[in-house]
Amino acid sequence: MAQVSTTLTSSELTPTSAIRREDFPIFNEVEQKPFVYLDSASSSQRPLVVLEAMDRYYRSTHANVHRGVYRIAEEATALYERARTHLGNFIGAPDPSREIVFTKNATEAANLFVQGLGRRRLDATSTVLLTHLEHHANLVPWMILKEQLGFAIRYIPLTDDGRLDLSDLDQLLDGVSLVGVSLASNVLGTINPVAAIAERAHLAGALVFGDGAQFVPHNTTNVVELGIDALCITGHKMLGPTGIGALWARHELLEEMQPFLGGGEMIADVRLDGFTPNVIPYKFEAGTPPIAEAVGWECALSYLESIGMEKIRHHEVELTRYALSALEEGLGDAITIFGPRDPESRGAVISFELKEIHPHDVSQLLDQEGVCVRAGHHCAKPLMRQLGVAATARASLYLYNGHEDVDALVGALQKCQAFFR
Amino acid sequence: MSGLEDLYREIILDHYKSPRNQGRLESPPATLEEGFNPLCGDEITVSVLLEDEIVTDVKIDGQGCSISKSSASLMSAAVKGKSLRQIATIVRTFKSMMSIPEDEAIPFVGPDDPSNASDPPILSEAEMGELIALQGVVKFPVRIKCATLAWNTFSLALKKAQDAKIAPSEAP
Ligand SMILES: Cc1ncc(COP(=O)(O)O)c(C=O)c1O
Repeated sequence: MAQVSTTLTSSELTPTSAIRREDFPIFNEVEQKPFVYLDSASSSQRPLVVLEAMDRYYRSTHANVHRGVYRIAEEATALYERARTHLGNFIGAPDPSREIVFTKNATEAANLFVQGLGRRRLDATSTVLLTHLEHHANLVPWMILKEQLGFAIRYIPLTDDGRLDLSDLDQLLDGVSLVGVSLASNVLGTINPVAAIAERAHLAGALVFGDGAQFVPHNTTNVVELGIDALCITGHKMLGPTGIGALWARHELLEEMQPFLGGGEMIADVRLDGFTPNVIPYKFEAGTPPIAEAVGWECALSYLESIGMEKIRHHEVELTRYALSALEEGLGDAITIFGPRDPESRGAVISFELKEIHPHDVSQLLDQEGVCVRAGHHCAKPLMRQLGVAATARASLYLYNGHEDVDALVGALQKCQAFFR
Repeated sequence: MSGLEDLYREIILDHYKSPRNQGRLESPPATLEEGFNPLCGDEITVSVLLEDEIVTDVKIDGQGCSISKSSASLMSAAVKGKSLRQIATIVRTFKSMMSIPEDEAIPFVGPDDPSNASDPPILSEAEMGELIALQGVVKFPVRIKCATLAWNTFSLALKKAQDAKIAPSEAP
């Protein structure tokens, strides 16, 4: 899995080297002071360059893609296709211009994969393997198809410290044709050993679909090294706009998959007695796609690359290390932190519970201090049941967060505790 | 933490820390209904015992934030021992405090009940008692759902209890 590059020395990678808060207009414009944004796992903020790229596109270039034979339409098409290829390269896709399908978000990408390939590969005798820590986006699409086709779903369980328990993996994989696993958990932060899972899944004859929504924004991603067969991602969690996500899948799989949404753009021919689908990836992009969003997302990719994913990862590991110890020191046994302790094996997503204070009350009181955290089930209700809680509070960090944000969180939590005592 | 006093008043914190009417009633004779707040994962079970148009007992079981727990506790104290008509007025009063539109009929009283008329009676501030503590919630729109969970679940439980009473008598 992508880790900090060992060729960089620690002096090159001070914890603050990735912080470029001044690039993000929202931190200057929000009037509420202070504004401590700790909810990037839900949706990140975006730098000015991304906003400008989209604005410039609408002001100077906009036309529909793949249709007009006039200059701006060709330019719009070129920008849209450039974004596709760039995104493919960003995740190490072997055939970047053909293997990326733009969708509305990661959730739609998951539904597209499950319906598109699941309908080809699964029947009432099949088995699908998921895990106990999946987001609803990688659970419910499978459940919907299961209701229609009647296959079985198994789950990889968790260890006490919130990692996937792989001790029985080979048994669990027996007879499985598709595996769905997130690269990183949006609740526990756990980075899953997806490369190892994929290797064993392939030996067992199964294909692997990865949910990269929480991993790709924070780590160098290479789908070939991970050895997975398909991946979903979402733009708004990685400094891009809302309204765009993507499915990557090996091109043979995209060829095999049946179309999911029908309409214009996705066809080669339509007759009254039927249709011929377009070639990949267009076969899956029905209707006018999110063009300005693709332009914005591409700009976000360039921005992330200009800083370097290794640097971002390193910054987050160090900040997570700091946060885990500051929370424990500042709150003692009043706080329960879920998920792995070792910052190297987790993302910068910290779910916690304050003793006898409901997460909703925690986030309300933190809001009063200008600290934004998420409270709820984080679209992972099966996992919440496993943890034995209805909800958690969750602080998540990104490249624009620093130590002072963690300090503000700890201070606000202490006030919260005093308030309810 | 100024600004929060309206939300977290003494009465709220008191009902949160020592909630009234906790638990479940045996069913039958009582009627149980479950409610969920999809936003935060809170779950609640409300038991009601309806005898001769009077709610003679009510119990609340579940987990939740201070607002949802105290709202449930305050509700249970307010409705216990009251007639359906009185309860309809209490529910109306609560809904108007939460700025919930008036167009939804109260399920457990008939359409001709005065509380379903166009200008239905609600309690005066003096009559509200401790319920008035919930007034601050409306300023925190996301928390309105927390406060209403118990009330909606209770209304459904009551409707169910009524239907169960009607159904056997209709049977030949
Ligand atoms: C792990 C994971 N998968 C999928 C998603 C869905 O992303 P989106 O809402 O953009 O479709 C999320 C976002 O919350 C997530 O955290």
